[in-house]
This record gives sequence, structure tokens and C-alpha cells, in this order.
Amino acid sequence: MRQHGVPTAAGDVIRLDGVTRTYQTGAPPALANVSLAVAAGEALAVLGPSGSGKSTLLNLLAGLDKPTSGQVTVDGVRVDTLSEAASARYRRERIGMVFQFFNLLDDLTVLDNVLLPAQLAGMPSKRAQARATELLSYLRIDRHTRAYPGRLSGGERQRVAVARALMNRPPLLLADEPTGALDTASGHEVRNLLAQLNQDGQTIVLVTHDTTLAEACATRTIELTDGRIRRDTAAVAR
Amino acid sequence: MSGRVLSSPLGRIVRSGVGRKRVQTVVMTLTTLLAVAASVLAAGLLVDSQAPFERAFAAQHGAQLTAQINGATASAAQIAATAHAPVVTASAGPYPVASLHPVAGSGADLPAGTALKQMTVVGRSGPASTVDSMTLASGTWASGPDQVVLRAGPGQGTDFTLGSHVTFPDAPGRPTLTVVGFANSVSDTADAWVTPAQLTALSAGASQYQMLYRFTDATTGTQMNADRTAITAALPQGALTGAQSWLQIQLTADGQTAGFVPFVAAFGILGLLMSVLIVGIIVSGAVSSQTRRIGIIKALGFTPAQVVRAYIGQALIPAAVGAVLGVLAGNVLAIPALRDTETVYGTGRQTIPGWVDIAVAVTALALVVGAAWALALRAGRLRTVDAIAIGHAPPAGRGRWARRAASRLPLPRPVVIGLANPFTRPARTLAMTGAVLLGAASVTFALGLTTSLADAQHAPQVATLGNVVVNLGDAHPGIPIKGDPHLAAASPARVAADITAQPGTATYVGSADTTVGVAGITGGVSVIGFTGDTAWASYQMISGQWFTGPGQAVVPTRFLAATGDTLGDTVTLTKGGRQVSLRITGEALDTSEHGMQILTDLTSLDGLGLGLQPQQFNIQLTSGTDRTSYVDALNAKFASIAAQAQPNLDGGGTVTAAAQALAALLTVMIVAVAGLGVLNLVVLDTRQRVHDLGVFKALGMSPGQTIIMVLTSVAGIGLVAGIIGVPLGILTLDYVMPLMGNAIGTAIPSADINVYSLPELAALALGGIVIALAGAALPAGWAAGARPITALRAE
Repeated sequence: MRQHGVPTAAGDVIRLDGVTRTYQTGAPPALANVSLAVAAGEALAVLGPSGSGKSTLLNLLAGLDKPTSGQVTVDGVRVDTLSEAASARYRRERIGMVFQFFNLLDDLTVLDNVLLPAQLAGMPSKRAQARATELLSYLRIDRHTRAYPGRLSGGERQRVAVARALMNRPPLLLADEPTGALDTASGHEVRNLLAQLNQDGQTIVLVTHDTTLAEACATRTIELTDGRIRRDTAAVAR
Repeated sequence: MSGRVLSSPLGRIVRSGVGRKRVQTVVMTLTTLLAVAASVLAAGLLVDSQAPFERAFAAQHGAQLTAQINGATASAAQIAATAHAPVVTASAGPYPVASLHPVAGSGADLPAGTALKQMTVVGRSGPASTVDSMTLASGTWASGPDQVVLRAGPGQGTDFTLGSHVTFPDAPGRPTLTVVGFANSVSDTADAWVTPAQLTALSAGASQYQMLYRFTDATTGTQMNADRTAITAALPQGALTGAQSWLQIQLTADGQTAGFVPFVAAFGILGLLMSVLIVGIIVSGAVSSQTRRIGIIKALGFTPAQVVRAYIGQALIPAAVGAVLGVLAGNVLAIPALRDTETVYGTGRQTIPGWVDIAVAVTALALVVGAAWALALRAGRLRTVDAIAIGHAPPAGRGRWARRAASRLPLPRPVVIGLANPFTRPARTLAMTGAVLLGAASVTFALGLTTSLADAQHAPQVATLGNVVVNLGDAHPGIPIKGDPHLAAASPARVAADITAQPGTATYVGSADTTVGVAGITGGVSVIGFTGDTAWASYQMISGQWFTGPGQAVVPTRFLAATGDTLGDTVTLTKGGRQVSLRITGEALDTSEHGMQILTDLTSLDGLGLGLQPQQFNIQLTSGTDRTSYVDALNAKFASIAAQAQPNLDGGGTVTAAAQALAALLTVMIVAVAGLGVLNLVVLDTRQRVHDLGVFKALGMSPGQTIIMVLTSVAGIGLVAGIIGVPLGILTLDYVMPLMGNAIGTAIPSADINVYSLPELAALALGGIVIALAGAALPAGWAAGARPITALRAE
């Protein structure tokens, strides 16, 4: 996979500076003064129990939510200052997202689902088709091009979701519990896929409870507890 | 009891359903409000337009016979004794009465000195009475000298305001009276009222009296003749000098208002259809959008019956609030609308009957309960797991072909998704199409109707032709023009020459009228002879052509119907033993003289030997000519002769104005209901697709693209509905206009029905899109503003 985007001055794709997110005044923050830098090509696994702030961190990186204080910079873009429309453009161009429950559109074919981000970004039709074909083939789901998601297995659906996430060649792939809704075999399949993508140069942030997944694909792991980074370690092995 | 119900699990479900779904609750309340208000207004007016004269006549204890008795022949005791004739059930009078020829005084909308029509003036000490109990439309009753109350109603007193003056040149001392009030007399007993003492002064002691009677039987002409005979018999011979039967007034009044009924009926039906459709849409949407919630409460142990009760309650609370507010709004809106019809009918103040309020509210609520019951029952009977499972997106697979087809179009993705969206929920799409279609049809019908009525109203007639009118000679037999008997008679030739010479004259036509006999028609028929630019004077033709020379005549529809003549036939006019024959060349739009008037070239009438000369000139000014200066200049030339120039004010069309105002009001309401229906459906759709929206946004769909997607999803529906709705509106007009014309005794020229131009039709067809987009704009904005994180969490 080719790397796109402009890294920060230090070569980081992600930089969080003193980020705090509080949902209700007086309540403990979901994220508390978190600072973090992720270099291009890293695969960062974010671990932690429920309520530790994992999803909040992911939402801030995706531009789906804004910090109460602090700065979020992704691929040179200050995500925390973007307007709604600029956030949409940012997600379109710099982020690929993979969800636990796939979030594929049931009434679009596999190909149409994959094409969607390119079409929203206004990519010329031929180029988009070529890119989708390339991705579906790379992810070994090209035989399901005309099928609807409802007819695919969980692992296949997640592959479609990954293809869709990579459509616009985002510098950063965000994955939220990507194996959380999969059986063991499908989970294994997705783990290998993410590891392969990272080996090909894709920067990945994945949020998970699954330590096996973290060990299999992450080059680095952080552990969140009560909104703070308790541990930050490079994975020993894949 | 109610407290216990509300705190029960069922009550909590209902309360939370109403409280949590705020948008839906508000839309439901608003829509019921508007639908009920429109229905109350439409049904109220429909009821109001049925036999308004009869109801007003009954309310005022109208006079079934208005008798004029000569006080010189019958004594006061003899006149009073007629009240005890066996057929009489009630009577009023005797009131002194006089027939006078007034002229406009200061403060009137007419130039001072303008001759008015002959007035029956009655001396009465107050409006209330056992018979002909009048209502004061404005001002007060005449309580002292020099005060007069004029009759309100169409064509009456419209040139006067409170405080303006009327002069009576034919009364001793040329008294000038001040207008202190306007009164409605359904029985049409007089044109003006003064105090009895004032009447004695006006009539110079001439003793004519008016008696008003009601009888045991007075519903047929035969009964009325018998009643009249009984009154005549109770008086000395020759004492009864005149009598007016209420049946004649009823005929005229009903003719005047009949044109109103088909139009109100058409709008009423459109409004009611729309209300039924939208209430159905709202309730079905409210229930179907909560199928998942129904599944959950069933999982918690609610029985299907409890589910049905909960959802009926949930729909009924906002609907009941909306219905109550709607009834109030309908009645408030009816005030100006009924004031219009009141002017048309010439009756006292009317309100929406209470039973209409109750019937509309009960029907609306029954509709809500019915729709909620059917849908909640279906949802309540669903297997719990199915209810939870199908609560969200539409069944997968629906509309896929449409998506595939749309995706082949070279359009941006949000547009493609929007265009294909209506096919995923066909029933909802049909409902939305219906709402927009009725809205577009209403707008088309209303626009056509107002244009048609305006065209018909402004159709040239001798009363409305040109900008300026010049009258010659006596205003009425024996009453000099300008109130001055010493002026020299005006020579029509000199007046014509003055008009021709006056700068600013574009063209003019002179006319003279008389009454002639026509074979097959009882009584006289009015005939108008034109001279000058007769081609310019052409009335609007229904069929055939305007006359082009002597020996030809043009007649209205009713004349043709009465004589059985057709175009090309010859009609023979007789007068004083002489006769002329004219060939009928055309059928004109002309409702004056009850549609029984012959129009011809003045020289056509030479054979009658009447020596007819033009008594009126209608003048068209060149564009840019100041009418007031022109009139002043002509009047300066006419200073010493009995001729007077006046601006030709187009004062007619009370029915037309009322119909146009009502059409506008009802259209606005129907369109608002349609827009709310669309809004509700789009809100439902957006809610149910909130997860998809979240995905789209997570993938980078911008707020602008979201708005485009939502708006495109209704634009197609709007276009289709507009394209179907416009012909529907045109067909309605094609059906209603001839009915309206028929009711007032004339055919309507096709030019007055085919009033739509191609650009107008195109704009109207696009009106469907406007209604749809207006309804969808708000939810589109909400969808664009929805945070993707919230939308995704909705899963």
C-alpha cells in the first residue's frame, strides 16, 4: 500500500497534545490530558476496559467528536478546529474507518459500498472503478462484487468494510473492535489482513478488547484506564 | 383515576411516547390543527353557502309581503286592522314611506351631485321589529333630524361611508342628510331609513305607508297571491298601491349566491381529502416508526391489546390538542371569510355552526383512532423478535433495481441515493405523492379560478367599458343631471365632438338603451344600441361573433335559452306597433338585466321610430393620460349643458372578490397541510435511516451533500405529483367554472376557463417540487446537522 498525506514535522501521522474530553460538567473526563504521537507506518492498538476512553479517542481522531481542550492533529490537519463540512472532507480524504458491526449499507452491492467514499469525494468514475477492483482483488472478495452484504459471511463483510475504508488511500486507518462481531475463523482472517496492511505501510489505529488481535497486528500498544494512558509499549512480537 | 392511569406502566409508555418523540408530537399536533382548521372552514362555508337567504330570512323574521298603502285612501285604523286578517301571523308598520331621487353629497366616493338610483326611504324608529328585524352592519340607527341609514349589501351604499352625505333634490328644501349607519334588510324593504318625523318632512306630507306581513302559508306563488288578496280585501279599494313578495327577492338572492356553491364545494372536498390523507399519513407513520419499540415493550410483557391501547393513546393526545386548536383556528379564520359571504348574501353576522365544529373534530379523532388501531394491532400481533428486528431500515432488497438504474446516471452520489430512495418504501412514497398532488392541484385550481373570475369580472360590458363615462340628460325621469334643472339639454353630437377633440381620447362608444317586446318573452326586454367605435365595445363572446353592422344582434346565454333561438336565427323586436328583425350573430358573456339583454348597432333600432340618441359615452383613454385631469377638462366643456363625465370605477364583483379571497386562504391552508405531510414523512424517513446517515457521514458525506440527498429524495416525488396534480387542478376548474356560470345563468367563454399559459403550467408543475422541498427543508437541515457519532450510536 502506498502512503499518502503529509506527516507532521516530526514525521508523526497523529499528534495529541493535552487532550481532554468531558461529556458532562462535574463528571470525570472520558479522556484526561492525553498526549500521544503516532508515527507513519505504526499500528497502534488501544486497549482498555469499557468506559476507559478508547472509543472517545477514536472518535476524536475521526473528527466525529471534538475535545473539550487540547489539540488533535492528524496528517498535518488540526482536526479539533474543523467545521462540519471540513470534518466531512477530512474523513473523506484522510481517514478510513472500520466498525465492529461493519456498517455496510444493506441495499447497496459490495461494489457500490466500496465505491461510496470515492463517489462522495468526486473521484472520476473510471479511476474509482479501477481502485475498487484493485482493492476487492487484494482483499480476495472480488467474486462477491455484485452481491449484497446480507449474503456474505462476517469475515467477508469486514473485508468489504476494509476495502471501503481504503478506497480513498487514507493515510490513517481507524478500526473499532474490528473482530468484535466475528467468529474465531473470521476474526483470524481479519487479524491477518490488518497485519498485512500494516506491513504494506498503512498506519493503523485499532481499538479493541482483544489482546490477541493487538498482539497479532500492533507494532505498539497503549492501555487506557479512566481516560489516561497507563501503559505505552511496543509489541514484543507479531 | 387519571393519575393512576398515567402512573401505570401503560400510562408511562404513552407519556414517554408523546414526550420523547417531540418532533413527531409537534408535527402531529400542527397537522391535525391545520387539517381540522381547513376542514372546519371548508365545511362551515359549505354549510353556510347552502340556502343562506332562507336562513338569514328566518333569522330576521323577514317580511313575506312588503305592502305599500295609500294613506289618503285607507285610514290609519284600516291599515292597522290588516294585521288581524286571518292569514296574517305577524306584522309590522305602518311605516311612512317615500320614493325619492337623491344625489351624492360631500364625503361620498362619487363626485358631489352625481345622481343616484331611485330610493325607497322608510321612516322607522329602530331596526328591531316583529317582522324585518334588521341588523346594523355599522354605525347607529337614525335618531334625529338630518340622519339617514343606508341599506348595506352588494351594490348598496358602497359609494358612501359613515359621515358622508346624501342630498334629496326632490324633497322640500333639498335637504342633505348625514349617513349614520348601514343596515341589512334581507326582505329588501327599503333602500334607506330615517326617523318617521324626517320622512314626513321628506315626503312633504304625502301619506304613503309600508306594512310588513308574515303569513301562515307563504311558500308558493299561489299562496302568496291568496295572502295578497286577503290583504287587499281588508283595505278600501285601490288602497294597496304596491306589494313585493319575498319569493321574488329569494329568486334574486339565490341567483346571486348560487355561483358561490360549486367553488366552495370544490375547495371543501379538496381540503377534506387532504385532511383525511395527511392524518392517515401522520398516524401510520407514528405507529410504524415505533415497531421496534413495540417489540421491546412486548418483550417486557405487554399484551397486544395493551400495545394497541398505548399507541391509540399516544396518537390521540397530540391529535386531540391539535383538533381543539384547529376548531378554534377554523372559527377565527372563518370570521373574515364569513364577512365576505355575509356581504355576498347581504345577511347579518354568521358563524360556523356548532355541529360542524363537533363533527369535524370527532371525525378527525375517529380517523386518528382508526388508523392508530389498525396499525398498532398489526404491530401488536407481530412476533416480538420480528418487531424488534424489522423496526429499523426498510426490508433489504426493496428498490435495489432503482438504485442500480439511478447509479448509471452521470450524477453525484448523493443525488443518485436521493433519487432511488422513494422506491425503498413505496407506500410512503405514494402517500407523499398524494399529499403533494392535492397541494399542486389546489394551487392550480385556485390560480385558474382567480384568473377566470378576474377575466369574467373584467369582461367588457357597457357598465365597465373604458376609463371614463359621460352621461347625458336626466339622471332619472324628472331628476336633472347634476341636480340642476336649468341646464341646456346636451346634444349627443356636440358631446361626441367634444370627446373626439379632447386630447387623451383613444376611442369611444356611445350607447342608448330602451325596452322592447320580444316574441315569446313576457314583459319587456332591455336593448342597448351602440354607436361610434362599436368594434371596441365588443363584449366577451361565448360563441359566434360581435355584431359588425346594422341588422345584427348579440345576446346572452339566458336569452337564447328563454327564446329557444340559436345563432343565425332572427329575433323580432317590437315597440309602439313597429318592429325590426335582427339576426343573432353571437352569444355574449353578459349577466346584467338577468341575462336578458339585446346588444346591437344603434342604427338597427331606427325602424322602431324612437329617435334614440346616445345617452352615455364610454371612453378609452390613451395610455399615460391622467384620468382625473381628463374628466375635469371634459366637465369644464360641459359646464353649461346637462352632461357629466365621471371616472368609470369598476366597483362590481363582490362575489368574485369574496371567492378570490377564500380561494387564497383555502389554498394556503391546503398547501401548508401538504407541506406538513411531507415534513412528517421526511422526518420519519430520516429517523429510520439515521444509521445509514451516520455511515454516510463517517465516510465523508458533507452537510451540503446530506441536504442534497434528502431534498433529492423528495424532488422526484414533487415533480411527478406536480405533473399529475396540475391536470387534476385544470380538470377541477373545467368542471367547476361552467357550474358556477350555470348557477348564475350564463355559459362561460372558453377563454375564461382555459386561462393557463404554457409558462404558467410549467411553473405550476414545478410547484409540486416547491411544496415537496419546502416540506423536506427542515428535516434535511436536521439530517445535515446530525452528528455522525449520534447517528451511528442509534444502531
